[in-house]
Amino acid sequence: MSFRTSLGLASALAIAAATAGHAQSLSGTVTIATVNNGDMIRMQGLTADFNAQYPDITLEWVTLEENVLRQRVTQDIATSGGQFDVMTIGTYEVPIWGENGWLVSLNDLPEDWDADDLLPAIRDGLTVDDELYAAPFYGESSMVMYRTDLMEAAGLEMPEEPTWEFIREAAAAMTDGNVYGICLRGKAGWGENMAFLTAMSNSFGARWFDEDWNAQFDSEEWANTLNFYHDLMTNYGPPGAANNGFNENLTLFQQGRCGMWIDATVAASFVTNPDDSTVADSVGFALAPDNGLGKRGNWLWAWSLAVPAGSQSTDAAKAFITWATSKEYTALVAENEGWANVPPGTRTSLYENADYLDAAPFAEMTLRSIETADPTQPTVDPVPYTGVQFVAIPEFAGIATEVGQEFANMLAGQQSVEQALDRAQALTTDAMEAAGY
Amino acid sequence: MSTKASRTAARLMLAPAVILLLGWMLVPLSMTLIFSFQRYLPMRGGFQDWVGFENYVRFVTSSAFWPSVQTTLVIVGSVLLITVALGVLLAILLDQPMWGQGIVRILVIAPFFVMPTVSALVWKNMFMDPVNGLFAHLWRFFGAQPALFLSEAATPSIILIVSWQWLPFATLILLTAIQSLDSEQLEAAEMDGASPLARFWFITLPHLSRAITIVILIQTIFLLAVFAEIFVTTQGAFGTRTLTYLIYQRVLESQNVGLGSAGGVYAIILANILALFLMRIVGKNLDR
Repeated sequence: MSFRTSLGLASALAIAAATAGHAQSLSGTVTIATVNNGDMIRMQGLTADFNAQYPDITLEWVTLEENVLRQRVTQDIATSGGQFDVMTIGTYEVPIWGENGWLVSLNDLPEDWDADDLLPAIRDGLTVDDELYAAPFYGESSMVMYRTDLMEAAGLEMPEEPTWEFIREAAAAMTDGNVYGICLRGKAGWGENMAFLTAMSNSFGARWFDEDWNAQFDSEEWANTLNFYHDLMTNYGPPGAANNGFNENLTLFQQGRCGMWIDATVAASFVTNPDDSTVADSVGFALAPDNGLGKRGNWLWAWSLAVPAGSQSTDAAKAFITWATSKEYTALVAENEGWANVPPGTRTSLYENADYLDAAPFAEMTLRSIETADPTQPTVDPVPYTGVQFVAIPEFAGIATEVGQEFANMLAGQQSVEQALDRAQALTTDAMEAAGY
Repeated sequence: MSTKASRTAARLMLAPAVILLLGWMLVPLSMTLIFSFQRYLPMRGGFQDWVGFENYVRFVTSSAFWPSVQTTLVIVGSVLLITVALGVLLAILLDQPMWGQGIVRILVIAPFFVMPTVSALVWKNMFMDPVNGLFAHLWRFFGAQPALFLSEAATPSIILIVSWQWLPFATLILLTAIQSLDSEQLEAAEMDGASPLARFWFITLPHLSRAITIVILIQTIFLLAVFAEIFVTTQGAFGTRTLTYLIYQRVLESQNVGLGSAGGVYAIILANILALFLMRIVGKNLDR
């Protein structure tokens, strides 16, 4: 057993000792609903380590695809089904569910779990009225990924903090036959094109709603956002971009078809992996672009673990969450799988760890991107909602998906920018009225 | 010859299955009905109020309703037309004696065993992708700009994908029907000097009419619920939102169970109208 593991084990024992008062409740079964992403599958594989510390707690895993997970946990929590003791949810759900009183506060996690070590932006996104309602398992923002070789050939140099104007210039310079200057999301969906466009609109000074919940698609800022996006994509984007989401763009970039790609920071490890990417050795990173208005076009997301209010084994569930989101867990993954594979984006200490910084060339830019996103004040003008690339109200997913379809139709050339914005404004106003705003 | 006692026994023994089946259908159906009269928003804390027919009115007056019904009918109608026409043609061809008949038949039927999600992914990424797709390469080889199938011709593309999947089913049923056709009848007609077209029109096609109605009936029931192909390719954008997809959006994306349930009831009504209409045609055909 290495020094680090023994340290982890020792501190875990200390936690167990500290909570010995609840010893009789620290047994039982904890049913965990989680998403089938690589990091979570890995966590499941490390169950034995958890059981070494808590032999009386049985972990039961329900691993689901993202959409199915979301439907299952929403249904369970809304009907007080009580099927799960730990739920994997995102920064969209936490504020809504926290406000509804559906989640158990995690403010009382043990001292050495070290809540102060969490990245402030992520922590804010998971906090409602000073109560932390979910512990982040991994976090992400978005940033510019670009081809260093193409930039050099074009005689340009990517600044660390590019502007949208520079992005357009670079896209024009890099577009050449089989290479498209820029690849961006165009596929309709609240988690696809609307995640990107909502974050982008923040840097253009636009917002979804004013302080009285009036839809703002008729504003000049939205027109600027969408016109810029439309011109950029029609002139320098790949054909059929209106059907491209995260996965399609990832493939294009890995094939060397994209000069630049602005998307989730987690993509960095995929595009720099020589097993999958033909351009692995010539990828650079920069912050998401801005317009000098004080907000960048990057988003913020964290897959997090939370305990539903109806759980029968709250303490055991908290013990599990403490283990899964602790620094010791990170060290455990690093030991087993290498530093590049630890869950990123949640703790300051990870970004002060030299081993991690050496193994992950994208670490610094990931951290800066996360730090520049503020879910409590996402826009230039004040708004009544939280969330950077989404609006944390229950109606958002439905509305944004329909708005996303209008914008996808626009990108496909089936309607103009003005028409798309008119229809977005009308359907958002209707839906908000129906929801009683 | 069944006695009274044995009939009673039979009824008793069948009862559990009948009750199970009824429950299987009735429970979800009545739940849908009950939900459709409620303001039921899971993300806002679940049940809020009884609202009468408000959900029904809202569902029909939404600007997305009529386009979605139209899209549904266009997709169902076009797929039926394509699969029946090509199915008859393929069935006639496959009925001809030829070398390697067994293998050819298996190849023709193969698409039916591919899952809808998989076939939609294959069509989207391998064939219709404007950068890496086979069609794009083909277009470029002939010096043309690759066609943007899934955005500029989204509905026809989905019709193509769905037809490809259902053609084997139509072919199979029609081939079986053709094989039951008495060849002496055709020979007699040929000797009397009827042209191949006339033989097809006056002998083969009438013989196939019953099989064709069955193909149409069964396919309609399944095609009204086409979902995976749209979910995978366009997510309902570019005018490909069918009634099923609209209901999915209302229930699972907008998290409005009441409104979606009202939509579900409309879908049941639409399916029943179509089924009734088709059953009458089948009935007429069977009477003859």
